[in-house]
Amino acid sequence: MRTIWFLVQKEFLQIFRNRGMLPIIIIMPFIQLVILSNAATFDIKQVPLHLQDRDRSILSEKLVKRFTAGDYFRLTGYSFSDRESIGELLCRNADLVLVIPHDFERDLTTSGHAKVQLMINAEDGFSAGVIQAYASEIIRTFNREELPKSGVNATVQAPPEIDIISSGWYNPELEYTHYMVPGILVILVTLIGLFLSGMNVVREREIGTIDQINVTPIKRYQFITGKLVPFWIIGLAEMSIGLLIARLIFHVPMLGGYWLIYLVSAIFMLVVLGMGLFISTITETQQQAMFVAWFFMVIFTLMSGLFTAIESMPHWAQTMTLFNPVRHFVDIMRRVMLKGSGLLEFREQLLWLIGYAVVMVTLAVNRYRKVAV
Amino acid sequence: MHSFRGFLLKEFYHIFRDRRTAAILFGMPLIQLLLFGFAIRNEIQEINLGIYDQSHDAVTREITDKLASSGYFVMTQELHSTKEIEHAFAEGSIAEAIVFEPGFAARMIREGRSNVQVLTDGSNPNISKIITGYTSSVLQDYRNTALKTSEVGVEAVPLMMFNPELKSVNLFVPGLMALILMLVSALMTSISITREKESGTMEVLLVSSLRPVEIIIGKVVPYFLLSFVNVVTVVALASFVFGVPCRGSVLLLMLESLLFIVTALSLGIFISTITSSQQVAMMISLAGLLLPTILLSGFIFPVASMPLPLRMISNLIPAKWYLIIVRGIMLKGTSFGYIWKETLVLALMATVLMAASIKKFKTRL
Repeated sequence: MRTIWFLVQKEFLQIFRNRGMLPIIIIMPFIQLVILSNAATFDIKQVPLHLQDRDRSILSEKLVKRFTAGDYFRLTGYSFSDRESIGELLCRNADLVLVIPHDFERDLTTSGHAKVQLMINAEDGFSAGVIQAYASEIIRTFNREELPKSGVNATVQAPPEIDIISSGWYNPELEYTHYMVPGILVILVTLIGLFLSGMNVVREREIGTIDQINVTPIKRYQFITGKLVPFWIIGLAEMSIGLLIARLIFHVPMLGGYWLIYLVSAIFMLVVLGMGLFISTITETQQQAMFVAWFFMVIFTLMSGLFTAIESMPHWAQTMTLFNPVRHFVDIMRRVMLKGSGLLEFREQLLWLIGYAVVMVTLAVNRYRKVAV
Repeated sequence: MHSFRGFLLKEFYHIFRDRRTAAILFGMPLIQLLLFGFAIRNEIQEINLGIYDQSHDAVTREITDKLASSGYFVMTQELHSTKEIEHAFAEGSIAEAIVFEPGFAARMIREGRSNVQVLTDGSNPNISKIITGYTSSVLQDYRNTALKTSEVGVEAVPLMMFNPELKSVNLFVPGLMALILMLVSALMTSISITREKESGTMEVLLVSSLRPVEIIIGKVVPYFLLSFVNVVTVVALASFVFGVPCRGSVLLLMLESLLFIVTALSLGIFISTITSSQQVAMMISLAGLLLPTILLSGFIFPVASMPLPLRMISNLIPAKWYLIIVRGIMLKGTSFGYIWKETLVLALMATVLMAASIKKFKTRL
């Protein structure tokens, strides 16, 4: 036991003496957490709108006013040719072109029906859908409110409206930050943990100090434990500070129990560190260790279900995400914080994490040999 | 010139003698692009749907049928109370619950409008919004067709430009290209100088007749040629495997990609010159670039919807400019005239970073 204590002390000393690394592991994650959590939103406001009003009648102006009056659209220009309009779309001055044809008012007052064209920049299919929804809503309101006033069609019955009231069961405001902050926190802690532990043993091997340890009577488990504990403590400390930031700055609700988060974090850190140490034992240079860690980190991040939904992935990819510890942890965090779930509700994910932790640490212990390989 | 050539050759030898790293440098972008190109999508299939029908009339049944046959939803269960909804959400067995108010059809005839409550899980706002969007489009479709009334008033005819089928792959694959190229390039060069410092071979370089300019450029060039292979791979995959169109000039795409690589490599070299430890260099180039590039470049979340301070920061991310260029060339078919501004920004970034690296490079240990 005393050996482990000494090893832990040594590791801590080395970490804190490394002046370059300190700001990176202590300050950078939290700066990123605070700044980046605000970035993840699909709420589109002030969509640049280009107008092609070929009618320029009273009714068409009323319609245009409804578009520009609210917060959704912002008029950036107008023209009378398709070529110009499309040019505006191409150079990104506009994401929506509203084309009102020449006989707009006349058609409306005589037949009660007129068409307008919405040219939408659909690079981002989802945003395009949102823009279309905004525009359709404005037009529907125009139909409902403006047309009767202008004496259009007292005779033809408007079709019944289906009013959709949508809300979220948890997180009723559909606040993105409540969802993103725990996830980003997990990713940052994973990044730091994985890289620190991944480079650790390799570094010792590269600079030669590993041989000095190997000639001591230290046992394998003592060595690994001595490497795990310091980073484990650092990881949990970062987790705590991150949770504090989440509560204080972002007001992320905490419907579940804190002890649950800590329990799962403890297990999760074991997974991450075990993985890092294992990588450390199978590579020869810090560079290689870094690349391997990077490879897995990018996969873990993009397939964690944080940025794109796991449900959107093809089935084989969904199965793959079962092997992504970040996915399980993000899921558990969300459930505990936003839904107030208890241990029973996420036992499946927890089992995955525990299994993963056991496998990783065992592999790391096994691979470490006291003879130069 | 002679010494420079020799230096270049040395760098090449170093790269290719490290077989594992070389395999990683070529193989990883390939694997990752393949993996993510197929896995990262925004379309959702098989949404588990629960219906709480308080009305049970012909209209609600028709709407339910329409939802079931739309292809998006899977009718998982019929719910009979709010408590059951709560339970279903807590378990995670449904992603969406639809509540029809009692007397739905009757109210529709009487007042001309009725309420449908669409409840989504909410703990994942992304999915919630997508699912709600699908639901409204089905409901609107029902309203327009089944209720058999002609369109009155103004009708909007949408025309989805550049991506008519609204395939999310067209949005994501260019983004993946930018992300992967950026990370690989920055990583490659960020450790090149620090490794020499740590292993002590920097002394040899410093006492040679090589000037800092030559050292920096000599380190970037081999990785530049390597990355060229990566660029070709990535663009080929995007076009042939994922079917992302390339409506503009392929040559222009290649050139712009090379410019982007140079920018990323310069960033890496700059990181390399400001620290003397490999660990720190790698941490900065990975931990410092991964999340900002994913979140601020417009890869998944549109830049336009971010608050102003973040939009300003995103201007510093090279990937953001490259994404505009790539999407412009591939999806919109724009010519150089439309993207010269973004190209200029990238070129400027590359120059500034290179110059800064050369200045920062200390000729003393």
